[in-house]
Amino acid sequence: MLQTALSRSTRRFYHASVLPSLVSTASPEFRQKAESMDALVSDLKAKIAQAKEGGGTKAQERMRSKGKKLPRERLSLLLDPNTPFLELSQLAALDVYPGENIPGAGIITGIGRVAGKECVVVVNDATVKGGSYYPLTVKKHLRAQEIAREHGLPCIYVVESGGAALPHQANVFPDKDHFGRIFYNMAQMSALGIPQIALVHGISVAGGAYVPAMADENIIVREQGRIFLAGPPLVKAATGEEVNEEVLGGGMMHSSESGVTDHLARDDDHAIAIARDIVGGLGIASGQAVGPFVPPEDPLYPASDLHGIVGTDLRQPFDMRDIIARVVDGSRFREFKKEYGPTIVTGFAHIHGHGVGIVANNGILFSPSALKATHFIQLCSQRRIPLLFLVNVTGYMVGSKAEKGGIAKDGAKMVRAVACADVPKLTVVVGGSFGAGNYGMSGRAYSPRFMWMWPNAKVSVMGSGQLSQVMSTVSKDPNQHSSLKADIEAQSTALYSTARLWDDGIIQPTETRDIVGLALALAARRRSDASMPGLGGSPTWDGSGRGFGVFRM
Amino acid sequence: MIPTQRTAARSLGRIRVQAATQAPFVVHAPKTPTGRTGQARTLASTWSIPSEAICPAHPVALSSHRGLATAAPRDPSSFTRKPLFDKILIANRGEIACRVIRTAKKLGIKTVAVYSDADAQSLHVLEADEAYCIGPAPSAESYLRMDKIVEVCHKSSAQAVHPGYGFLSENAKFAERLAEQGIVFIGPPSSAIISMGSKSESKNIMSAAGVPCVPGYHGNNQDPQFLFSEAEKIGYPVLIKAIHGGGGKGMRAVSTPSEFMDSLESAKRESLKAFGDENVLIEKYIERPRHVEVQVFADTLGGVVSLWERDCSVQRRNQKIIEEAPAPGLSPELRADLSEKAVAAARAVNYVGAGTVEFIFDNDTRRFYFMEMNTRLQVEHPVTEMITGLDLVEWQFEIAAGNPLPLTQSSIPLVGHAFEARIYAENPRNNFLPDSGRLLYLSTPTPTHPSRRIPDTSTTITPSLRLEQGFTEGAQIGMFYDPMIAKLVVHGRDRTEALRMLRRGLEEYKVVGVSTNVEFLRALAGNDAFVEGDVETGFIKKYHSELFPPISDPSPELFAQAALYIALRDQPIASTLQSPWTSLGARRFGGDVYERTISLSKDESSAAHINIKLKHTTPGHFDILVDGSSPTTFKSVSARLTSPTTLAAFSTNATIVSQPPPPAMSASTSPNAMERLHLFTADGTKTTLVLLPPPWLLSLGGDVMASHKGALRAPMPSLVVEVRVSPGQRVDEGQAVVVLESMKTETVLRAPVAGVVKGVGCVKGEMVEEGRELVDIEEVVEGQ
Repeated sequence: MLQTALSRSTRRFYHASVLPSLVSTASPEFRQKAESMDALVSDLKAKIAQAKEGGGTKAQERMRSKGKKLPRERLSLLLDPNTPFLELSQLAALDVYPGENIPGAGIITGIGRVAGKECVVVVNDATVKGGSYYPLTVKKHLRAQEIAREHGLPCIYVVESGGAALPHQANVFPDKDHFGRIFYNMAQMSALGIPQIALVHGISVAGGAYVPAMADENIIVREQGRIFLAGPPLVKAATGEEVNEEVLGGGMMHSSESGVTDHLARDDDHAIAIARDIVGGLGIASGQAVGPFVPPEDPLYPASDLHGIVGTDLRQPFDMRDIIARVVDGSRFREFKKEYGPTIVTGFAHIHGHGVGIVANNGILFSPSALKATHFIQLCSQRRIPLLFLVNVTGYMVGSKAEKGGIAKDGAKMVRAVACADVPKLTVVVGGSFGAGNYGMSGRAYSPRFMWMWPNAKVSVMGSGQLSQVMSTVSKDPNQHSSLKADIEAQSTALYSTARLWDDGIIQPTETRDIVGLALALAARRRSDASMPGLGGSPTWDGSGRGFGVFRM
Repeated sequence: MIPTQRTAARSLGRIRVQAATQAPFVVHAPKTPTGRTGQARTLASTWSIPSEAICPAHPVALSSHRGLATAAPRDPSSFTRKPLFDKILIANRGEIACRVIRTAKKLGIKTVAVYSDADAQSLHVLEADEAYCIGPAPSAESYLRMDKIVEVCHKSSAQAVHPGYGFLSENAKFAERLAEQGIVFIGPPSSAIISMGSKSESKNIMSAAGVPCVPGYHGNNQDPQFLFSEAEKIGYPVLIKAIHGGGGKGMRAVSTPSEFMDSLESAKRESLKAFGDENVLIEKYIERPRHVEVQVFADTLGGVVSLWERDCSVQRRNQKIIEEAPAPGLSPELRADLSEKAVAAARAVNYVGAGTVEFIFDNDTRRFYFMEMNTRLQVEHPVTEMITGLDLVEWQFEIAAGNPLPLTQSSIPLVGHAFEARIYAENPRNNFLPDSGRLLYLSTPTPTHPSRRIPDTSTTITPSLRLEQGFTEGAQIGMFYDPMIAKLVVHGRDRTEALRMLRRGLEEYKVVGVSTNVEFLRALAGNDAFVEGDVETGFIKKYHSELFPPISDPSPELFAQAALYIALRDQPIASTLQSPWTSLGARRFGGDVYERTISLSKDESSAAHINIKLKHTTPGHFDILVDGSSPTTFKSVSARLTSPTTLAAFSTNATIVSQPPPPAMSASTSPNAMERLHLFTADGTKTTLVLLPPPWLLSLGGDVMASHKGALRAPMPSLVVEVRVSPGQRVDEGQAVVVLESMKTETVLRAPVAGVVKGVGCVKGEMVEEGRELVDIEEVVEGQ
């Protein structure tokens, strides 16, 4: 409400940069598109709502009966009242493990405000398989840590987990981006000055024991939290010692004898209150919010139009400016090189008061489009303006004319510019993201700070139609063609992508502005580790002089 | 400021126009907004005509007053006005000190305040030009110390002392002592104080002067037969009263001769038992008495005028709480008669200055009897000021300076109707027992009291509200002194209008920290019988059930308001350049919104708590579920805080004040250790809800308490009456160690454990705050 009042008072009058709206919301095409998108969005909402239930009411009741708070209740208490929570990959692991339902991959991750400071929060969902780590659980955990590291955000781990899911150990334990990487990241972030805080609400065994042990500061709940490398049965098997859990790794023991934990809490609430106090006392170590430097303004046109503008049929073209007009402040977009290479739209705008350079597709990428985008990315890089890619690309132009014109060379320029742009990148796939267009439009491989999909989005090496045509020229077996076509179609959906963490989540089109705004605000933060040497340098650690972080003594 | 019609004119123009009038002051009306120069006119013409015109219920028959206009004939040309003082000392505190300072400031008179240690930060100290500390908190050691006050007079060269009311205001010795030192006492001569101070002497004087007194026998003849015949003479009903009596003991009302002897006997018996003396007196018993008093003023030149009467009938614990002027339902003849008798009473004792002649008015016979005369400016003087438009403190100064009365009787106005409500720190539902504590929050109605304006036509009076207060937020009330917090004074064209103003003013008077009588006064001002003017001294008893309706449970809406307040105050503070992390408050992405459950209790037991679920649907809008005995849902309630204590929701503004527990107090379920929310709804009703501490906090608090078993802490702000132990002393469990006084009640704190006194954290006579450690006892276990 205040926001609206503010924007009303500062709203500027007509300006050449204000995008017009030529969308006819009464047309049958619009309505049809809107309906199909509405259906996708309500399906998305239903799936997310289901995922949020975690392991279901039975598991929840079991936790409650032990006097514990549910994972989402812990999260809600941890976050500042009435602040946003930017949850990541809510549909992770959806329909991935045959015969197993692992909602949200058994872990809740996201960015929220704690004691006025944005933090990455990782919460084990013990209602899902006791909070054990499936391969995608590890991936989701690591992704949250990556975001924390890239933004310099303090990490809060709300732990209750039995460690690796043993049947999946081969895909959880040995590889580079497996379980061990969690602790590697904790150590390195600590060395970079990014605070690592852990709360132990329940069992934290084996590998799980290292999360609190690796944390800079931790809290354990009395007669509830337990940390040990091996549980009582294993201890008995190994040494013959008979011991109960509380004696072996209870809060009182760890707080008074082993020194594994720093704070002893009475209950879940108390542990969270202590954690909030810790974050409240981080000072500049938590980094600082910067900006926005201009007052935020609402767009002139309603976001609800987006459904009818885009629809769900990717073959239906739409003008990306109609999307931009419903995302940016005051619908103002200072377009760059408007007349040149018109299949790509570039220009400057503000979202929630934060400046942003937008690269958006309005068709196939031709050489001029690629060159224009390259030019624009360099501009933003030079001016330290973050980039937002609004993706609906079928790829770079093919054909002899294009090849003669050096499309491969020009496309490579754009890909190089995107790969090396010295500013944060955000990617929202609003339509298709196919072929090399995916690279040029900052796909997952190009490490955008965040990457989101709209429910209608599709990602694959090429459109399924084209692909099957290609296949028919290579192979003659029609059965193979149709099954491959069906496979590729299934594998290119947003749901398939998000379940495998190829993105950071599917978002509703109407939420785009707010979510991008939150991400831009994160990208604008002054990092706590800004003065750390070696930042942004070699990803290897040897010989960089960055030290060790905080050892637990 | 109490600018009055007259004084305002003087400060504007200070023009004296010779006119054919007896009044020494003539006002010159300032230029009106139209630019026309106002005509010079006397106040008589300003006030007297409209008083008849606009106050038909209480017409003032001026002609009948002329007869009692007893001001000595004066010729203005032959009289030289004496200057007022340059500097005065106010030997008082609180609102009356502030009131006197205000008039002094208006007249350019410098002021000297005196104060006790407890009042060092008080308003009267801040407002005075100079202030001197005259001793510790107890009034016997400060405000009643004549020597100290005289000393300050000399030190500050104050020429006169205004005693206010209470303290030394009716102390003849004080008046004498000042006179000896050449300091003017702004009040009557000590002889008048002495005469009026003695009940029997004053009655004799009054009877001699023709002032009616309650018929009765006060003599030494205690022969039952003689007393019986006296009773016959007085006429039934009569009252038999023990001479040394008090508090209703040894008192009997007798309505028929046949009951007389039995009642006499029992009264004597009770009196003997209670006071060791069986002598009684017999008086006319008035069944429905009213307390009507007349404000008089007398100058040193023999002039005496009446400033009309006040009705102060509605009382509790024999103290006034609401006063009005004029008294309702008096005929002009009766009013004139009252004034005449009051003036005669003042004359009889050669009175000088402001005085009040109190009468008992018999509602049934319409007769009145002299009761006593108060030789001071009364608490309720503002109601007289409102209806006369005069500044009585200024009149006191004029008279003390030796000047004649500013107005003659015929020119004293009576316009409209005024009320004064006294706001006390007390608990009306607990027999009006005084309360004490700190004014943690104070929000008052905005005074509208006019204004340096002279109405164009004398008929234009607008309803007005005036506030007399001596304390600001943070002040300590009722610990050492009178627990009166403030006086709310209203003036309207008629009684109905004044009452409407009063109710409105009371609704806007909000106090947190002490319990007050505000809600009671509000009920009183809206009571049908009171509105009808059907007042009598037994009013509260008679209408008790109407004035104290049963307390209803807080409504679901109230719980919702409290929860909204908590939710909103916990929101991040919005700045002009908002990060989306602040402005997108309610967002939980993926179709979800922020939800919160708040547990509140209407009393201090966690068992009776009610959960309120809040869902922040869209910015500034909430869905609310109050999960009480019958769950209530509110959909899409718009709510915001328009100030830190104002919640705009449910189409109304509610004032909500949070009272956090003292920071040093360990968490516990004791009422003092929890956050209390005080909610004032639009009609001024106050409800207190408690925010329960989370279990872990109670658990931690319990540990602290357990480890400090021997520590005795003050359970509430109190006065240390006695410390019975000293460090090193052995004490048994249950032994009394400290005696505290709070809310006029003594509390004995006993040793919680047997052991040795390690330390004593208070001294006798000290005021201690809630939670202060008073005594620390180290537990000694048997056999060690």
